[in-house]
Formats: sequence, C-alpha cells, structure tokens
Amino acid sequence: MRLVDAFAARSKRRPAFVPYVMAGDPDLATTEAVVRALARNGATAIELGIPYGDPLADGPTIAAAGARALASGITIEDVLGSVARLAPEIPSSIVLFTYFNPLDRYGLERFARDAARAGAAGAIVPDIALEESEELRAIFALHCIDVPMLVAPSTPPERAVKIAAASSGFLYIVSRLGVTGAASEPDFAPMRRQVAALRAATDLPLALGFGVSRPEHVRAVADDVDAVIVGSALIDALAGTSGDDAVAATERFVSGLFA
Amino acid sequence: MPIEPNARGYFGAFGGRFVPEVLVAALEELEAAMRGAFADEGFWAEYREVLRDFVGRPSALYPALRFLGADASVPLLFKREDTNHTGAHKINNTVGQALLARRMGKRRLIAETGAGQHGVATATVGAKFGLPVDVYMGELDVERQALNVYIMQLLGATVHPVSGGTKTLKDATNEAFRVWAAQVEESFYVIGSVVGAHPYPYMVREFQKVIGEETRAQCLERYGRLPSDVIACVGGGSNAMGIFSAFVDDPEVRLWGVEAAGEGVASGRTAAALGAGSVGVLHGSRSYLLQSERGQVIETHSISAGLDYPGVGPEHAFLKDSGRATYVPITDDEALAAFYDCAKSEGIVPALESAHALAFAKKLAAQRTSDALVVVNLSGRGDKDIAQVRALRERAEVRS
Ligand SMILES: Cc1ncc(COP(=O)(O)O)c(C=O)c1O
Repeated sequence: MRLVDAFAARSKRRPAFVPYVMAGDPDLATTEAVVRALARNGATAIELGIPYGDPLADGPTIAAAGARALASGITIEDVLGSVARLAPEIPSSIVLFTYFNPLDRYGLERFARDAARAGAAGAIVPDIALEESEELRAIFALHCIDVPMLVAPSTPPERAVKIAAASSGFLYIVSRLGVTGAASEPDFAPMRRQVAALRAATDLPLALGFGVSRPEHVRAVADDVDAVIVGSALIDALAGTSGDDAVAATERFVSGLFA
Repeated sequence: MPIEPNARGYFGAFGGRFVPEVLVAALEELEAAMRGAFADEGFWAEYREVLRDFVGRPSALYPALRFLGADASVPLLFKREDTNHTGAHKINNTVGQALLARRMGKRRLIAETGAGQHGVATATVGAKFGLPVDVYMGELDVERQALNVYIMQLLGATVHPVSGGTKTLKDATNEAFRVWAAQVEESFYVIGSVVGAHPYPYMVREFQKVIGEETRAQCLERYGRLPSDVIACVGGGSNAMGIFSAFVDDPEVRLWGVEAAGEGVASGRTAAALGAGSVGVLHGSRSYLLQSERGQVIETHSISAGLDYPGVGPEHAFLKDSGRATYVPITDDEALAAFYDCAKSEGIVPALESAHALAFAKKLAAQRTSDALVVVNLSGRGDKDIAQVRALRERAEVRS
C-alpha cells in the first residue's frame, strides 16, 4: 500500500504508529510474523531494515540486530522476497530502511524496480543527505518508491524547508542529536521549534523518531506530529524471541505503547 | 597546485558527503571555519610555529646509502617523518585540527584510532592545548596495542573500547562518527587520515602537505632537481597525499602509493583497497573499498595495523583512475624483510607501515639507473611495532 493511502486510511489512533524491525533477526519467518502482528495492531507503515554491517546512523540495538541478521546470511533479495509475501496481505505500507552502499552495489535502478514489484511503498536511506540524494530520489520516483527524508535538530531552518520539499511519503523528524536507540531520552524541544515551519513547507505527514520508546513519549507528541517511529524499543522487547513468542511480545509491546 | 575538490567535495568521481543529516550542519560549520582559517596567514603562522617548536620540523631528507646494498647506484632519500614528536606524520594533522578546533571554540576532541598512532597524536595535542580527548578504538586493537593505550591515558585521554563489528579501526571510526553526531555542538572530530566526508580528505591533506613542500624544497636545494620517484605507503592515505601533493603538477615525478597486500592481493587476507577493491561508499565518501558483492565491507588483514583499513581516501581513487599515481601491493613478508633490512643497514627502525614503502623502493631501484632520485616517505618509527615483530620472530623460531 502506498504511504499516502496508508496515512489517509489510518485508524483514529493518534499519532500513527510506524514501527521498525530488522529483517532476518533472528530469521525471516519470525520477521514476517512480527510484521503481520504489527499490521493487525494498527501500524500505518512498517519500516523493514535491510541489514548493513556499518550502520552510521544506528545505535547499539539496531546495529546488533543487523549483525545478527547478516550472520544468518540475509540478503536484499531475501528481504524483497518477504516484502512480496507480506505486501498483498497487510493494510500497512512497507518502507525499506538501509544504507547507501548495499543499494548502490545492488544497483539503484534495479533496487527501485524490484522493490516496487515486491510491493514496497518507500525506502529510507539515512546516510545520504539532501545533496547526495538527487539521483536516488529521481530513480525511485520513477518506480513510485517514496523516499522519506530526515530533518535533524541541527538542520538549519532554510535547509529543513528544502529537505521537506524533497521528501516523499512522509517527513522523518529526528528527535535528538545522535543515533537511534532507546537508552537515552528523546528530546521534543527541537521538534517543537521546527514543526510549524515544516507544516508550512509540506503537506506530508510528519513522523518523529529516534528514542521514542514509551507510552508517555507517544502521548507527549500526539498534538505535534502525525506519526511516531519506534525501532530500538521494539527490537529490545523482541530480544531472544522467535516465532509465536515474538508475536506475543509484539502484541504486548504495542498495547503497552498506546496504553 | 594540489588538486582542489569541487564545491561538493569531489575529486573527479570520488569524495562527497554521505552522512546522516545530523552531521551535515557540523560538516558545513567545519568547512566554513576551515576556509576562514586557511585564508588567514595568522593561522598558518601559528601552525608552522607549533610544527617547528613542538613537532620538530622541518624533518630531514636523509640520504640512505646502505639500504639498497653496497653496489647500488640509485640515490635513495628518506623523508624522516619518523623523527617527528610522537614518531609519525600523524601529528602534523592533529596540530592543524586542534588549532582549528580551538579557533571554532570547540571544547572536546574526538578521535578514532587503529594502531593508536593517531590516538596518541590527538591525545598529545589535547594535552598541549588543554582540550579533553576521547579516543575510540576497536576492542581487538585495545588488546593488541596496549602500550599506546597506556600512553594515551598518560596524556590524559579517555580510551573507549569499541565492541561492534570487527572490533578494529573501521568500527572505531563508525563509533567516532556516532559519538560526534550526539555532541556536534561542543566536540570536534579529529579524523586521522584523508578519509571521511568532505571537507576532511581535503583538510587533512592540507595539514600534511608540509611533508611534500619540505621534500620539494630540500631536493631542489640539495640536488638541484626534483625527485624521479616518490614512494609512500597508503592506509587511508594521509602521509602519501602529504608528500604527493607537492609533485602532482610535475608529470616527470612518478608517484607510487604502496598498499598493504597482507598475504597477497588475491588471498582474501589483504588491505589493498585500490588493488583489490571496488568503488563504494564508506565513512562518508565515495572511493575504492574492500567489499563483498553485496556491498558489505570486508574484514581486512595486514601485518601493519596502520594500513589495516578497508577504504582509502578519495583523492587517491582519483589519482589512480587518472593515472597520475600508481598503486602497488607489498605483502606482509616483504614489509617485514624491509623492516629488518632498514634497521640493520641504516640504523633506523621504521614503522611497519613505512616498511611497505621501503620494500617497494628496493623493487623499483632495481629498474632505475644512477640518474634517478628516489624519495621514500618514512612515515613513522617502529618502536610501536617491536613487541609484535619480536613475537613473530619467536613464533617463527619455534616453528623452524
Ligand atoms: C607510521 C604510519 N604510517 C602510515 C600510516 C597510515 O596512514 P596514512 O595512509 O593515512 O598515512 C599510519 C597509520 O596509523 C602510521 O602510523
């Protein structure tokens, strides 16, 4: 499902829920079961990580999840295979999340085509900032793959407006300086300084991520942003589980988060 | 004139700024401050003064009369970066970056290190300029380079072992970038080679080009001509860019970058990014890289920790593809043999990194005549490597 439709059709849940899971951690069957559970439990979009060994934007939780997935031999083709199985069945958008080098190596054109065929709605590439993203955005747009771009607390206002204009699907607001991870608190002050200007610059949904991990975080930003992105806290909650246990842990996590 | 990258930090097709958005503003702030400093004669005057009084520059250009053997006729010169304070060329760069950090009002320095040479050089300038230093170092390297860890601590730095990935320099660099992302306002990230996102490859070269400028002037003054060949080892490539940059406009000067072949470029246990790698993106720039078919960075191997890195600076990728410089591999065994030879024949114990350049000098000299003038950048001294070399020798003796 395309992101624009998923956001239009989202349940009354405010803000919308955009969870992140690492494909293949600990195995693809578990990932697919978790994605289905997230979709059943109201996820508007689901970010599916394609593992990369040198994830500059990720903290220890997601880096370790990627290392486990790589150790089990997961490839881009495997992840796209999962997307092809999941996309027709779930009412959530699937957004792939990976780094530039593995995509570049696979071929940007080939990746966009294969991702679109599998039914993915978008791709987030956190290590290409605006200046390096033009070619990728143009190619992905041809295949109707949205590319949500990131705005950071350190992004100057004029630049944030340009990033908003270049983004598609949604706009990803990074809550704090640093990398992903639930160990340190998110900081909502930078987002609150930026949000009015971003609203003026784009009609895209605004999604807040990095460190969002607890129900009080979700409640605190419900009036500011359209969606919360929750990755490390979910991966922590899934630690050591697989199969049905992972599904049960997912359900517990989501009901806790929106309690 | 050394090559200028374009406005987006590219040397031809290589370079750029492949970083998370959170770092872009910091890189822009750094670039603006760097341009201001580079245009300020006062900045360079202070840099030169510190290099003279603290580092001990200029370093000598030493005629190595015995290394090639008694009957050799090819004049061979060593650029003595090993005599710098802290024992390598790394300090030229850390002095420059520390001065820039101070000028920008930054309150802390962050550095990555592999063997510990760049960590020691950063800890040293941190102590000198009164800036606290956090060094990130792979867990394996912390074990392998215990002495340098202790020296850094002695100098007041905090050494943070990094447990992710291969637990070596690549992962230490990832971690330094991550930590910098969380502290961009107060911290200055001191990168140790001509790698990373723009403007680092350019900036680090500018702080190392003193090696080439001195070499050029010393050659002209003493021999009345330019060298025929300039040889330097290439890890990330900073000592090589430092010496090459003074000669890129002189097509008659052949430039040789020596990579660590490890057990051989085709062995799978190598660190020769230009010789065995392909084009990709690592640590913020596009360059050659040792990577799998799937774009995952491959674990590297070299006897020399300072060359044991899967990437290489983008300007070297450009010099390779343009044909201006030639990159050649030297194996662990060849480097080790040159290490012993240099110690015995010249009374200089070279760094294992520099021993790669020396090993190639021997090969090249065999094809040169007495009208050549070969310069080797002796990037560092070998004190840091003695425990490792001794252990290797003892193991070899046990086997034989
Ligand atoms: C003595 C010496 N030479 C060379 C290198 C390699 O670095 P670069 O290629 O940046 O000069 C190192 C790195 O630690 C070093 O210590």
